[in-house]
Amino acid sequence: MTDPVLDIRGLSKNFGALTTSNNITLDLHPGEIHALIGPNGAGKSTLIKQITGELPPDSGSVHFNGHDVTHLPTAARARLGMGRTFQISSLAMDYTVLQNVTLGALGAQGGVFRFFRPAMQDKTLLHAARHALEQVGLEAFQNTRTSELSHGQRRQLEVAIALTLSPSAFLMDEPMAGLGVEGSHRLMGFLDGLRHKAPILLVEHDMDAVFKLADRISVLVYGEIIATGSVDEIRQNSRVQSAYLGEETLT
Amino acid sequence: MRKETALNTALLALLLAFPLWAWAADEPFLITLTTRAVIFAIAGIGLNVALGFGGLVSLGHAAFFGIGGYAMGVLAFHAQNYTPLMTWPLALDGTTSMPVIWLVAIILSALLALAIGALSLRTSGVYFIMITLAFAQMLFYFAISWPAYGGEDGLSIYIRNGFPGLNTMDPIQFYAICYALLLLVLFFVWRAARSRFGLMLGAARQNPERVRAIGQTPYRLYLVAFTLSGAITGLAGALFADLNRFVSPSMFSWQTSGEIMVFVILGGVGRVFGPVAGAVLFILLEHILGGLSPYWHIYLGAILLGVVLFARGGLYGLIAGREVAHD
Repeated sequence: MTDPVLDIRGLSKNFGALTTSNNITLDLHPGEIHALIGPNGAGKSTLIKQITGELPPDSGSVHFNGHDVTHLPTAARARLGMGRTFQISSLAMDYTVLQNVTLGALGAQGGVFRFFRPAMQDKTLLHAARHALEQVGLEAFQNTRTSELSHGQRRQLEVAIALTLSPSAFLMDEPMAGLGVEGSHRLMGFLDGLRHKAPILLVEHDMDAVFKLADRISVLVYGEIIATGSVDEIRQNSRVQSAYLGEETLT
Repeated sequence: MRKETALNTALLALLLAFPLWAWAADEPFLITLTTRAVIFAIAGIGLNVALGFGGLVSLGHAAFFGIGGYAMGVLAFHAQNYTPLMTWPLALDGTTSMPVIWLVAIILSALLALAIGALSLRTSGVYFIMITLAFAQMLFYFAISWPAYGGEDGLSIYIRNGFPGLNTMDPIQFYAICYALLLLVLFFVWRAARSRFGLMLGAARQNPERVRAIGQTPYRLYLVAFTLSGAITGLAGALFADLNRFVSPSMFSWQTSGEIMVFVILGGVGRVFGPVAGAVLFILLEHILGGLSPYWHIYLGAILLGVVLFARGGLYGLIAGREVAHD
């Protein structure tokens, strides 16, 4: 098997007496969608933050693309090819859709400290930006102010920005949240094809989507990965069933 | 023509026509008044780069205005007294050449802004406001307690510094210099606002998290913006000192920082021409209201309150509406 793109080993994080990540080991291989699921408060967001570099782990390591990125800041990880979409849309709301995507292309290309030529007339940037918009189906909205987009369109825009970075892996934090049935279906179709470009670590609540898309699933409960395996393995796993059916809480 | 472009053109035309009229009507005081407006506009444009484009609320831009002023004062002081500026490690004399003074003012204020920015930008919000204020206050007290350059009394420069081919003591000729510099600064900032840097800086203002996710570091963007901002305000300080032929610690005072911020807010935060409108409006109010009462600031305060509460985009927001995204 090929080397994993993302390789997380023994990651732990405590907040005082509260352990939010307990010795987490997880990897992401080329061409796959690896879904991370777990009940609310399981520590999914804390884990994502440690992968992107917003939160330092107490112990353990994160390797990305063959580099040890455990101590690198977020921006450096992004430059290494970590394409990320946020749980709560994180966009420049006063900019147009096209400006937001161009921003991504600019971030990827670098050369930010140029003060004279208009950025929005730069052909290479615009080409990359429009291409990404077409892929997510937002090209008709390129001149719309981002704050006027619907919730679902903002999610698509997040994905488009991540695409401009030509990342070697995607980290998607609940991309389906609040999308509605039709929106979810379209995005699912899109993610299905995307895995061949770059593997996706998908944090998602929508179980239908997870079971349809994922090659592998990891289940996080109370900061611990209790199971990793194929869709069928996870469905039949008794610990997962009890975690989701709530048998661990006293009734 | 878009309303904003129309307003820009009208402002520049007004700033060209009015002093020429005053010159023809032999009203040198009105020319000087307009020169003040233009210099304040440049100072405001400087602050606007940090405040408007970068979202960095600096209450310490008097530091750069003052450094620009003292750059002129100190250089011209040595030149007029025929004393060397320094003898070691380099033998340097003062100068009365405006271009040299501008260059020194720009470089010094840029370096100062780089240093202040590097430290202050580790904080944000109210702490950033307070720390920039604190730096400006430090320089204020430093200037007061430095007797070699006049201390509290400031420095008088008897003859306005020279510009090749012009008689700078003639108000209209000095005005021409300031107006040309205003155009130059406006052009630079207008281009920069639409450049790659401007696009990324605007994103860092709106959402630093987004900027990090696409591989860029907001801190660096802020620092460069703050440095540019300080350099432009420093140039305005040098011009202001030359206008008055006098430099005093009051250029470093927090009231000066506040006034520069008023130009930006009155005109329209984040609009390239906003501070120009703000400075013109400020001078107009100062002149008209100042004639009514020595306590004219109370009316200015009321107007400012009105702008902040009901017209947050300032004059530009009121006339040209919400900013359309650049193309």
